[in-house]
Amino acid sequence: MSASQQELDEFRTEVSAWFSENKPADPGFLLPQSFMEVGTDQQFEFLRDWQRKVYDAGYLGMAWPAEYGGGGREQAFQDIATAEMVRQRVPFMTNTIGLSWAGPLILNMGTEAQKEAYIKRILSAEDIWCQGFSEPDNGSDLGNAQLRAVREGNEFVLNGSKIWTSLGAYADFIILLARTDTQTNTKYEGLSYFLAPMKITGVDPAPIKKLTGEHGFTQTFFNDARISDSCQIGEEGGGWQVAMKTLTFERAVSGGQAGGVHSMSVSANEVVEMARRAMRDGRPAIEDPIIRDQLVSFLMEERGLALNNKRAEIPGLIAERPASIAMARKLTNSEWRRRLNQFAVTLQGANASRYVGDGDAIDGGRWQRGYFNAFSGTVGGGTSQIQKNIVGERVLGLPKSE
Amino acid sequence: MTETAEILFTDEQAQLMDIAESFSASKSPVDAVRRQIEAEGAIEADIWQEMAALGWLGIAIPEEYGGSGLGLGEVVAIVEPMGRNLLSSPLAATTLAARAILQGGDDGQKSHWLPQLAGGTVAALALTEAHGDWDLTNLTCTAAASRDALTLSGGKTFVTDAAMAEVFLVSVALDGAPALLLVEAASLPAGALRREIVIDETRRSYSLNLDGIEVPKANLLPVDGAAACLKSLHLTACLFYAAEMCGGMAGVINVTLEYLLTRRQFDHFIGAYQALKHPMVDALVGMEQARSHLYHAATVFDGPDGAAAEIAVRMAKAQAADAFAFASDRAIQFHGAFGFTYDCDAQLYRRRALWCEQQHGDGAHHRKHLAGLLLD
Ligand SMILES: Cc1cc2nc3c(=O)[nH]c(=O)nc-3n(C[C@H](O)[C@H](O)[C@H](O)COP(=O)(O)OP(=O)(O)OC[C@H]3O[C@@H](n4cnc5c(N)ncnc54)[C@H](O)[C@@H]3O)c2cc1C
Repeated sequence: MSASQQELDEFRTEVSAWFSENKPADPGFLLPQSFMEVGTDQQFEFLRDWQRKVYDAGYLGMAWPAEYGGGGREQAFQDIATAEMVRQRVPFMTNTIGLSWAGPLILNMGTEAQKEAYIKRILSAEDIWCQGFSEPDNGSDLGNAQLRAVREGNEFVLNGSKIWTSLGAYADFIILLARTDTQTNTKYEGLSYFLAPMKITGVDPAPIKKLTGEHGFTQTFFNDARISDSCQIGEEGGGWQVAMKTLTFERAVSGGQAGGVHSMSVSANEVVEMARRAMRDGRPAIEDPIIRDQLVSFLMEERGLALNNKRAEIPGLIAERPASIAMARKLTNSEWRRRLNQFAVTLQGANASRYVGDGDAIDGGRWQRGYFNAFSGTVGGGTSQIQKNIVGERVLGLPKSE
Repeated sequence: MTETAEILFTDEQAQLMDIAESFSASKSPVDAVRRQIEAEGAIEADIWQEMAALGWLGIAIPEEYGGSGLGLGEVVAIVEPMGRNLLSSPLAATTLAARAILQGGDDGQKSHWLPQLAGGTVAALALTEAHGDWDLTNLTCTAAASRDALTLSGGKTFVTDAAMAEVFLVSVALDGAPALLLVEAASLPAGALRREIVIDETRRSYSLNLDGIEVPKANLLPVDGAAACLKSLHLTACLFYAAEMCGGMAGVINVTLEYLLTRRQFDHFIGAYQALKHPMVDALVGMEQARSHLYHAATVFDGPDGAAAEIAVRMAKAQAADAFAFASDRAIQFHGAFGFTYDCDAQLYRRRALWCEQQHGDGAHHRKHLAGLLLD
């Protein structure tokens, strides 16, 4: 029995009231723009506590099974709660990797023990998760990952390093792709997948400064780190399939995520407002015909992407290529966001040159920082170029690129 | 992201779309499209009769006037597959004429014309003039009133399927204000219609010389509604063009993909090269957004919020025009020298895209109007 419209409407009212009452005040320090940019303890603790509060109120993981700490309700409720978080521009849920990809993965194919151990603590932010896929020499070519996991009895010994590990400095667990066999026919067959602890001897995350000047991710070194073989998820040698499954959650091709916002939202209307204040030739920039054309293009694209999400739910309107919209979503949305931020910067005229920290920077330099940080979306999780290969091959049926 | 994200698609629409897809594919395979171009004639009469028999001409006409009383969303669901198969017919023009009569006509005009149009009488639209302005209220054609007749002067252009039409919906200035009237084909003197040579060869377009033509006053649509009616005609035409273009994009993307999967160079199918693959993804992404705008526009078009409808349909036309231009332009390039030939189907779509973009406003024109609606 699905929830009635009335129940959903009542829920919307309730959740809306809760967020407007409980939305945290401006903490007085700069918050990160997404989970990939958490760089200070202060930021981390603030965001972790906020996620905990939202979970305790019942607005996170609403559709995850109740026996593991979820709400056991219909997805529609979580969608409403998430939409309300976006609308009220509340801070994001920082445990994204747990909530949006490790969690759904564990629920999808983890053992009973793994579900019991991890799911609730992901929701409450008691355990923070990170992802160990990329390596210094193997990024887009994920299947070539070389970090070694060697079995010794009922343990694996890990050696090598992962890099660009978002939240690496804070994480309790890592979803880790490692090579358990170097003698296989194809590079893909030698990989295995682990839910590994981070806070053990031999695992050392070293912070890396990102282009904005802040810290965000780490290089994560593994030196004879020992983990139990019960950390494995999927078959030994079957890590590639688990990684591919993970990416369907990460790129929002599959559903099952816990919900919640995961980055500071941006909207084209904010840029429209900025265009009212910015000046061109002695007049508000919003009167400039070329700027008007650009603003309308951003508004159109924003709406087109939102409408895509609606249409993707209507089988009769996606019959020819059912996966097309979902498979291209990461590409389209991250590229839109990058271009919007870039446009918002140039709109500021000479003031575009100011940066975060300068008292006169427009909106505190948020757009400059936002433009830089937008590359996290167009690079992280598989670059836009790789996404185009994937859409070209799997949606359009074109042959693999060499 | 915006919250104005509503798309409804009924079972009725889905069924119509399926039927229209198989109908168009069987009546309009590409060799039939090419034969039609060479024949230079009207659409085959039996195809038109079948469309009438399927009830498609009366979809948006109320039951009391012999239609089925559905909405424009149902028309969109059949125009899109027609566009995909490059089927060219007076269906959109006839539907638009009926809508104008329904919205702006008097009771006598409605009960006289609507049942005929629902039953297969072809109507043509004579709205555009030699100056080429997309503003339909920029009228140089005039009507001068005498006691019970109107005498017309001036000329109209891009009157498609005029040779088949039994009635023309004509816009003129009457006492300096826009007016719409119905001119019956029988009242046209010989030579009033002249075939135009247009970029989309699947279209049969004519100029119409109105000089000296007399129309009974009973054929004048009540003048107080004429301006609103013209605006509605313009926006409805945009909706249908957006649908036709979305279909055309799907068609041209598939034509190009087929070549990318058969042509080999340097020991590979050319579709393996990212310089071709990635723009194909751009074309796909452009089409997906165009279709989302289209079905949103179809959902809200006749809704209570006129401004929302106008915004939605202008976005749909603008997005479809730009995305179809891109997809069909790249289609030529990606066929190499074969793409440069008349034999390659890419040109059929490129020409279609140019026509559809240039009638009733291109992307930049609609964005300019959207700016007024969204920013001021
Ligand atoms: C902010 C941020 C956070 C991240 N967080 C994590 C994390 O938590 N965990 C994790 O494991 N990884 C993380 N990553 C890493 C990310 O997944 C990789 O950066 C990404 O997969 C690309 O790999 P690379 O950086 O090695 O680039 P490369 O693969 O070296 O690519 C360099 C350039 O070449 C292009 N290129 C490469 N191969 C092809 C091809 N076949 N066709 C066309 N173009 C190609 C790419 O598009 C790119 O422009 C993060 C990255 C960023 C930016």
